[in-house]
Amino acid sequence: MLKKLRRVGPPLLLLAPSLILVGVFVYGLIAANFSTSFTDSHTAAQATRQKPTAFVWFTNYLDLLASEDFQHSLMNLLLYTVVFLVGTMVMGFLWAWMLEKPVKGEGLFRSVYLFPMAVSFVASGVVWRWLLNSNQDEQASGLNRLFQIVGLDVLQNNWWNNITFGIVAIAIPAIWQLSGYVMALFLAGFRGIPDELREAARMDGASEWKLYRHVLFPQLSPVALSALIIIGHMSLKAFDLIMSISKPANYQTKVPAVDMFVFKSSFDYANAAAVGSILLIIVALVIVPYLIRTNREEKR
Amino acid sequence: MTAAAEQLTAPRQAVGGPGPRVARSRYSLARTLRYAALIFFLVVVLVPVYVLLVTSFKGTGDADPSRAWALPQIWTLENWATAWTALSPSIVRTVAVVVPSAVIAAFLGSLNGFVLARWSFRGADIVFTVILFGMFIPYQAVMIPLTQLVLDLGIPTGVPTLILLHVVYGIPITTLIFRNYYATVPHELIEAGRVDGAGMLRTYWSIVLPLSVPSFVVVLIWQFTSAWNDFLFAVFFSSSQNGPVTVALNNLANGALLQNYGVSMAGALFASLPTLIVYIILGKYFVGGLMSGSVKG
Repeated sequence: MLKKLRRVGPPLLLLAPSLILVGVFVYGLIAANFSTSFTDSHTAAQATRQKPTAFVWFTNYLDLLASEDFQHSLMNLLLYTVVFLVGTMVMGFLWAWMLEKPVKGEGLFRSVYLFPMAVSFVASGVVWRWLLNSNQDEQASGLNRLFQIVGLDVLQNNWWNNITFGIVAIAIPAIWQLSGYVMALFLAGFRGIPDELREAARMDGASEWKLYRHVLFPQLSPVALSALIIIGHMSLKAFDLIMSISKPANYQTKVPAVDMFVFKSSFDYANAAAVGSILLIIVALVIVPYLIRTNREEKR
Repeated sequence: MTAAAEQLTAPRQAVGGPGPRVARSRYSLARTLRYAALIFFLVVVLVPVYVLLVTSFKGTGDADPSRAWALPQIWTLENWATAWTALSPSIVRTVAVVVPSAVIAAFLGSLNGFVLARWSFRGADIVFTVILFGMFIPYQAVMIPLTQLVLDLGIPTGVPTLILLHVVYGIPITTLIFRNYYATVPHELIEAGRVDGAGMLRTYWSIVLPLSVPSFVVVLIWQFTSAWNDFLFAVFFSSSQNGPVTVALNNLANGALLQNYGVSMAGALFASLPTLIVYIILGKYFVGGLMSGSVKG
């Protein structure tokens, strides 16, 4: 018993500060958040604990999910995530594929493609708000003006002011910022494939397409999965871009993360907490299986 | 993780010599197309940079939309001066948040990584997964009780709260990076320490820590960049009076009565400069941090 304690004790002691912090700030607060989301704390007086709150179980969740307003936010999140994922994966793979063969000035291309990743969403939001200005024709600036200059007037549109697809405009700067990241992941994947494998396939007379289809793609699939998980999870970061490009109260571009901020600002803590928990559940449905799988693979 | 970074930066040897004539001309056409595409995307990616720079030097005389993409008629530094006055106090506060939180989170991560990778015990994998999950949660899911907890603890909003939050929520990723790195440290080195009768702390201090410099660089850069660019915690736990540069910049760009793009773009450049400089000078390590974001490294 004492021996076991001496063996397990010190490592646990070193981990203790982090475990306590993560325990309280991640798991403890998640639990507290669920508990707030089950109450009727919708007013400032309740938020500051001057008035009592009552337990209402799932009422807030049901009301939220039934409201057209919140459904619009969920729809926006879905649309944004799909466009963002497809955009970054396609661009990232394309760039990695082009840079994977010997290219002069490879370092320059790579550095430029990747640099937007180092910039904050708020800073890039400043310039993208200008680029995505919805004014057209005479009044046009930003991309709409650029389209006129290069003679593609038909491409002019009202960007994020479109009610149904406005959120797609917000995905453009996100794709601009994170395609380089996906490229970096895929490049590392390509470089991790041993040259002998390609040589062997070529020796066997495999065509370029077959080489990709049967040799390179299977080797790249773990990288692609990682990229999907990371980028998919980052789509919740749309919050930063929306706050700086449109306005939080803007119906066209709102997503659950923005709703949460608006609820919080108006001291509707119960609904804010409920939105937070809904986001957590969405993320956990994807992440938990991924973590378990990774854990299991490492053991093998 | 570091292996991936090296693979990424290592130059690749040229493959194959000139083939038969037909194949060669097709090869060069493909090559031309490839370069054309690469340069096209280079230009596309740099368009926002052009806009930022050019607009930041424009005076009010250039406000007409017809001159949106033109160079300034008169180059002026006025916007830069205004933006600097508006943002410099918040930039100082950002440094005060980012430096201590990066150092503390890196140190905690290194301890955890060492224990989990090299002084393992039964259930260490579960402990690791439990910590790692914190990296993926949407912070919206803790925000409401977090505001109450911070209030109850009596921590002032602004710099002190943000330091705490960046440390706490930085622990999962720093632990991940260090654990993956220490897993590559040869077993014999640590076993040698054990045979010598060195305790865990001695082993960590005299054997593991000196080996950790590259990882520390990666982790510090990662934490520096993500805390510098953070907006979510900043907007919930500070104001433009006591918060970091992202909040002040957002306020500058959105709050002003009439929108002055010249000033906000100069401000955006100021706000991005520190992370961009880090990226340009220490790019290799920056990429190392990115790679480690993919759990398996």
